[in-house]
Amino acid sequence: MTNIWIICRKELKSYFASPIAYGLMAFFALISGYFFYAATAIFVSRGMESQMMGRPMPMDVNEWVIRPVLMNVSVIGLFLIPMITMRLFAEEKRSGTIELLATSPVRDFEIILGKWFAALLMYIAILAVSALNILILFAYGSPDWRPLLVGYFGLILQGGCLLAIGTFISTTTRNQIIAGVGTFAICLLLWVLDWVTAFETTATSKVLSYLSVVTHFEPFSKGVLDSKDIIFYFSVIVFGLFLTARSMESLRWRS
Amino acid sequence: MIRVQDLTKRYARTVAVDNVSFEVEKGQIVGFLGPNGAGKTTTMRVLTCFLPPTGGEAEVAGFNVAQKPMEVKKRIGYLPETPPLYPEMEVIEYLNFVGRLKGIPKAQLAERVKEVSERCNVADVSTKLIGKLSKGYRQRVGLAQAIIHNPDVLILDEPTAGLDPKQIIETRELIKNLAGDHTIILSTHILPEVEQTCEKVIIINKGKVVATDSVENLTSRLRGSESVAVEVSAKDGELPAQNVQQRLEQVPGVSRVVYRTARDGKLRFEVESLQGRHIRPEIARSVVEAGWNLHELHPVAFSLEEIFLELTSSDKSAQASGATQ
Ligand SMILES: Nc1ncnc2c1ncn2[C@@H]1O[C@H](COP(=O)(O)OP(=O)(O)OP(=O)(O)O)[C@@H](O)[C@H]1O
Ligand SMILES: [Mg+2]
Repeated sequence: MTNIWIICRKELKSYFASPIAYGLMAFFALISGYFFYAATAIFVSRGMESQMMGRPMPMDVNEWVIRPVLMNVSVIGLFLIPMITMRLFAEEKRSGTIELLATSPVRDFEIILGKWFAALLMYIAILAVSALNILILFAYGSPDWRPLLVGYFGLILQGGCLLAIGTFISTTTRNQIIAGVGTFAICLLLWVLDWVTAFETTATSKVLSYLSVVTHFEPFSKGVLDSKDIIFYFSVIVFGLFLTARSMESLRWRS
Repeated sequence: MIRVQDLTKRYARTVAVDNVSFEVEKGQIVGFLGPNGAGKTTTMRVLTCFLPPTGGEAEVAGFNVAQKPMEVKKRIGYLPETPPLYPEMEVIEYLNFVGRLKGIPKAQLAERVKEVSERCNVADVSTKLIGKLSKGYRQRVGLAQAIIHNPDVLILDEPTAGLDPKQIIETRELIKNLAGDHTIILSTHILPEVEQTCEKVIIINKGKVVATDSVENLTSRLRGSESVAVEVSAKDGELPAQNVQQRLEQVPGVSRVVYRTARDGKLRFEVESLQGRHIRPEIARSVVEAGWNLHELHPVAFSLEEIFLELTSSDKSAQASGATQ
């Protein structure tokens, strides 16, 4: 446990030692701010429209603002993941510091968990920026906070999955860029898998869409906590970290 | 302290370490000597549990590297060929991190960090970013990292590479001071380094151990005989070189006596022994019995350069093995 924390703290320090962390946060703040602005603007104009037509529709901030913002944030998250995970192992392998970690009295799983937790905390820190926007809603209205909490929980789970996959990919190369591009490709794939359901309803498409991380996020964005989705996310996290452990082991046998 | 038995390490295509066996006693400093690509780094990586052996056994501090890697890792300090440093960390931050990683309790950490910083002369740069340090300082931080948890066994892969001459001397002194409570293996291709720092040398070439011995013995063994410098003088009066030469030639085990110089009435000879004979005690007895003064009696060392070239150049070893058949 201590070892996991030691590794995690070291990773967090190096995230914040580089300007990239701040850059990502600023970029994310900007883009989620824009989504938030757009969603609110649509909400407001719709509201005015329906009033002018004289038949007021029941309008819900959660449905009209929070949900689209969460969905967009979840997609932008896909682009953030590779930038967070690409250096985790690739950089250690390139610079040779992996020799220090691998010859210290810590277990592989402690190294892996430490790094993954650090990546997750970094991701949560970036997400927190988008949460600031949504807090504004609470200042002017009274949206239901429970679905919001569920939505963020979903975002964190989805991030955890992709970060585990990214961590695995980072162990397979000593080149950060390759790790980043590879992770990005996989994230993209897991996202678009969901699209097949739009035009197909065969069993294959159901399986493909089941594998899409975004499919499983949708209920969360509606504020629905389903154990099915939670189990899916947890299994992907475990699987990703397991692959990382196997990859670390095989590196020793091959290299 | 370290026991390696028939160790083999094969990479995809190359056999980097081929049936290597050697032992290192507690408190010894052993030099691991070999040309580029000899398999020094690979052997060290197996000893540090970084790579698993393909065949054979290796035991460090009483634990098998394949079966009890955790126990081995607790007891070793390792300085890899490129010091494992994080450029974005400050020196002190880095040493704290490594200290924690090696399992030093929080309460003792600050003290240990201070101690190794001073010992390795990095105290003056402790708040500098590692990325901004010069090569020599990085090497020293790497060394500090290796000894921070006071390990039983130190494994140093070319510890003086990239240092200036003054630092090289300091580092060698540091390593020598560490011996005693630590068992040290260091690799190098610099021959004087082995002569100056190590008690024992293991010469390795193309993955095979070509010689293991104390630095002294190796030189004599290489020739197959011992070469001894002798300086004598008469108690009083003249002493003809002829007489001394004749007497020395009669000492059992002596193959050849060469008269070198005479200075202040002291006559200097170089005596060569027959294969595998230790002649120094006999020479001493013989000189004393003749009633002469014995001023000096010591083995004439071969330079390691000669040994090294002899052992590692494949032509010569082929000739040598041909000759013995
Ligand atoms: N990761 C690797 N994959 C494949 N072959 C390797 C690997 N590392 C080393 N080798 C090969 O193993 C052999 C021994 O290499 P090693 O690095 O142990 O030599 P060395 O004695 O440390 O040399 P140097 O003095 O140059 O550091 C070389 O032929 C090298 O090409
Ligand atoms: Mg080497």
